[in-house]
Amino acid sequence: MLKPTIYELSQAGREGVTFPKSDVPQFDFPNEFQRETLNLPELSELDVIRHFTHLSQLNYSIDGGFYPLGSCTMKYNPKINEEAARLPGFANTHPLQPLVTVQGDLYLMYQLQEWLQELSGFHRVSIQPSAGAQGELVGAMIIKKYHQVNNAPQRTKILIPDSAHGTNPATSSMSGFKVVALPSDERGNVDLEALKAECDDTLAGLMLTNPNTLGLFDENVVEVIQMVHEAGGLVYGDGANLNALLGVVRPGDLGFDVMHFNLHKTFSTPHGGGGPGSGPVGVSEVLSEYLPSPIVSVLEEGDDETPPFFGFYTPKLSIGRMKAFYGHFGVHVRAYTYIAMLGAAGLLDVAQKAVLNANYLMAKVKEDYPLPYDRTCMHEFVVEGAWEDIPDIHALDIAKRLMDYGFHPPTNYFPLIVHEALMIEPTETESMQSLDAFAAAMKAIAKEAREDPSILQTAPHTTPIRRCDEVKAARDLVLCCWMPE
Amino acid sequence: MFTPHTPQEIEEMLKVIGAETIEELFDKVPENFRFPELDIPDGLSEMAIASELQEIASANATTDDFISFLGAGAYNHYIPAAVDTILRRGEFYTAYTPYQPEVSQGTLQAIFEFQSLMTELTGMDVSNASHYDGATATSEAANLAYHFFRGKRKKIVVSRSVHPHYRETLRTYMQGLEDVQVLGDEPAAGVSSDLNKMLALIDKDTALVIVQYPDFFGRIIDYTKLIEAAHSQGALVAFVFNPTSLGLLKPPGEFDVDIAVGDGQPLGIPLSYGGPYLGIFTVKDKYVRKLAGRLVGETVDEAGERAYVLTLTAREQHIRREKSTSNICTNQGLMALAATIYLSVLGKAGFKQVAELCYQKAHYAAEQISKVEGYELAYPNTPFFHEFVVTTPKPVSMINAHLQEHWILGGYDLSQDYPEMNNKMLIAVTEKISKDDIDDLVAVLQEVDHA
Amino acid sequence: MNTPKGLKYAKTDEWVKLEGDVATIGISDYAQDQLSDVVYVEFAVEPGDSVSKGDAVATVESVKAAADVNFPADGEILELNEAVTENPESLNSDPYDNGWLLKMKLSDPSQLDELMDADAYDAYNESREG
Repeated sequence: MLKPTIYELSQAGREGVTFPKSDVPQFDFPNEFQRETLNLPELSELDVIRHFTHLSQLNYSIDGGFYPLGSCTMKYNPKINEEAARLPGFANTHPLQPLVTVQGDLYLMYQLQEWLQELSGFHRVSIQPSAGAQGELVGAMIIKKYHQVNNAPQRTKILIPDSAHGTNPATSSMSGFKVVALPSDERGNVDLEALKAECDDTLAGLMLTNPNTLGLFDENVVEVIQMVHEAGGLVYGDGANLNALLGVVRPGDLGFDVMHFNLHKTFSTPHGGGGPGSGPVGVSEVLSEYLPSPIVSVLEEGDDETPPFFGFYTPKLSIGRMKAFYGHFGVHVRAYTYIAMLGAAGLLDVAQKAVLNANYLMAKVKEDYPLPYDRTCMHEFVVEGAWEDIPDIHALDIAKRLMDYGFHPPTNYFPLIVHEALMIEPTETESMQSLDAFAAAMKAIAKEAREDPSILQTAPHTTPIRRCDEVKAARDLVLCCWMPE
Repeated sequence: MFTPHTPQEIEEMLKVIGAETIEELFDKVPENFRFPELDIPDGLSEMAIASELQEIASANATTDDFISFLGAGAYNHYIPAAVDTILRRGEFYTAYTPYQPEVSQGTLQAIFEFQSLMTELTGMDVSNASHYDGATATSEAANLAYHFFRGKRKKIVVSRSVHPHYRETLRTYMQGLEDVQVLGDEPAAGVSSDLNKMLALIDKDTALVIVQYPDFFGRIIDYTKLIEAAHSQGALVAFVFNPTSLGLLKPPGEFDVDIAVGDGQPLGIPLSYGGPYLGIFTVKDKYVRKLAGRLVGETVDEAGERAYVLTLTAREQHIRREKSTSNICTNQGLMALAATIYLSVLGKAGFKQVAELCYQKAHYAAEQISKVEGYELAYPNTPFFHEFVVTTPKPVSMINAHLQEHWILGGYDLSQDYPEMNNKMLIAVTEKISKDDIDDLVAVLQEVDHA
Repeated sequence: MNTPKGLKYAKTDEWVKLEGDVATIGISDYAQDQLSDVVYVEFAVEPGDSVSKGDAVATVESVKAAADVNFPADGEILELNEAVTENPESLNSDPYDNGWLLKMKLSDPSQLDELMDADAYDAYNESREG
């Protein structure tokens, strides 16, 4: 084993943080509800600090290295964001405090809503959804309710490009829609003929990621949206790839009706090893009363002397509440800080450098890897991690070998429409030197694939553990620590 | 601001790409929409934003400024310094989802330990790697029950004594499932602890029965009869639990419930105006393959070394796509880590102490408040953990306004969610409240009464 | 690839053994090879259920994929091979024998005429590999 678990470290009788004795008289606890055993570990504070410090040292992280993960936007997480979220004035406010005592929180949330509206071209934004997938669910539910309210219950079909992220069809199906996949054409755009064939009165809408998961800006995006609108459907934008569009174009201007944002991708809030994220949703004016409730609004306008008084508003046709309270406020603070620091010019700079970096890296990597769509990319691009003349090497092997070179692998096997896909998104915070180092590693691995393929197939060699037996993990399920009785 | 490129580097890079300017890389964007003017203020330096944020934060009054008796789903507990020390390690918080186990053993083992702690706390068999919060975990429980019966059972019976936000969220989620009815929590159902009205609703069309333990009003209720009734009709039962209470209370697993969900915010996570919190989702073994969300399992690597990986991923959205039962992608990784550190550093002794202190202080508060003229306990004969309802002589809003002047945050005004409960205040007491704080509250309440 | 004669095969990679009006089905050797190690099998039906042609009757999960098993005819479910839920590996090691999934009473055995025989299925698989 690499590191013992907290249960394996536990020593009977050892204490960590303890509390003062009770300062009130004793009251009895009802016997019939009393717990008999509580098997929590017994560790000293030093044990705990050492244990988690050791665990942290087994992790790869942005602070430690480059993460070219397509569609994840692993940009640098500014440290000031962490200070901001921890300000006691923010961290120690209870969600049910009277409004007059939390005007600072409400101001920040309102301003974030306004800024997201402005940069996306949407009429209104809710920052309540907890993550991108939840934001998508909101989008699907809004579309469903819209058609119900407009007496079109027969509109049950959602079109989703075959390149889409798995959450898109999962979300649609969770919302009771029928999913129809749309093929992409040879240039990676939505196939217009296929789309036309599906434009009928059963069409509820289209879920479109633009730029798509191939990193390509759909060359017919305005026409695609128009076609869906003309058929009476709505267009949902998956905003995972917004990093390429900040200050460049506003999805609302292009005609999108509803879109989710990922604060933990585009707006630099940390990934946290798998959350928390935040998935705000923006809508056009037509859909503005369908947003989840509550949203932050101005209850009383201010003037030169007094600031406005903020509170909550429940949209009249709201799909309902998506979670308890108001959203991931701690994440909102980080995103607010980021946008405030960047300003309009800084946001445009993000998109420009993200796209510059991706095209630069693509130019280097395509020297050795097949590039299925050889045109200008946006913030990410896809190569094939396989060569026709080396049939025994797969994208997986390349990904695993990259770890020996000190890099986290790119996204692999996604999008599904590219054979042995490797999806690479450098983000704008990587320097040219960082990109050169990655390109050099990819080149070296391509050479190894020819000269010494087994070193790829048995990779990684220098990481804390080797390749894992995932079949065993799924067949012999062990989902918690062995514990002493 | 965080882009490192020098003008020279940009020039070099453009040359390699074969472009003249960065702008031309955006050629495919429709011209008339390209490069809009954004009405967003100019960027600020770090120093300037730090100052601005201080200003904004100081427009708030916090639980440091007030003595707070607010609970109702979010609790003011003491968070040991060790928790944030670890959480601030970049190796944890700037790490991605652990899809590549070889470079993510830190995150994976921490989640595995989290899963273990949750099963121990709840007495259930399996925990997932977390959900967004307690409300969404409750909704996913209903999702699980619906899919378990393959859509053949269409009723979700939920108690009116479950957190109002959780019930609202549940209804939002159930919209997407055909013909599913959520019932049992209408005003007419009442909040009686005898549960007779709920019992009457359970039948062969019931997929899931949901109750809260302790309930939203703090009461500890024996649900044995309800559980038996549900199981005899073939329905599943879910408890919504408070994790701190499980330091003292019999865990859900011992009541033979099928699912136990809750919010882990009390476990080392700051109030942070409502989020991010931590959804806990635990089940009995037989439902493990219906579990939504991430799961970490133990295995070995090629060298025989023990290792942790995300497992049963074929259930998830990235493989099942439209056939998955849930679209959930992220969990609350960092919050689960916080809870793991909190429980590790408190350990068996510390966690039990916190639960006991909450219990004792809440009971002292209840006893003292009920001695004030005009105030009485709403449920004097029902045991409670650290929250209780007090009937007040005047509307709660008036009393709270007066308390605020004395820098006390009174309990939650229940009439906001329960129109039938005017003049009822939900008071929470945690280990952070001292005897003096309680005595101060009582003194001010006496004043209000005489006003 | 093992493709026993005497069985019928669907384009969706299920095999069918017909005895009178009782059909036994499973997944083919080609299918288990594509899926790789099966970790779990879940039935979507119970004995007594009526199914229509094309309905999903079970889901087979491997580490990297989850595939539906579709019944290629109308009928009533008679029996499930519960043993595969304990030993999902049998679908890999013995797809035609111990790896059988379920038995069904067909309402119209002639529906199976549309299926391929062993040679046709082999040819079909070869054309897919290209």
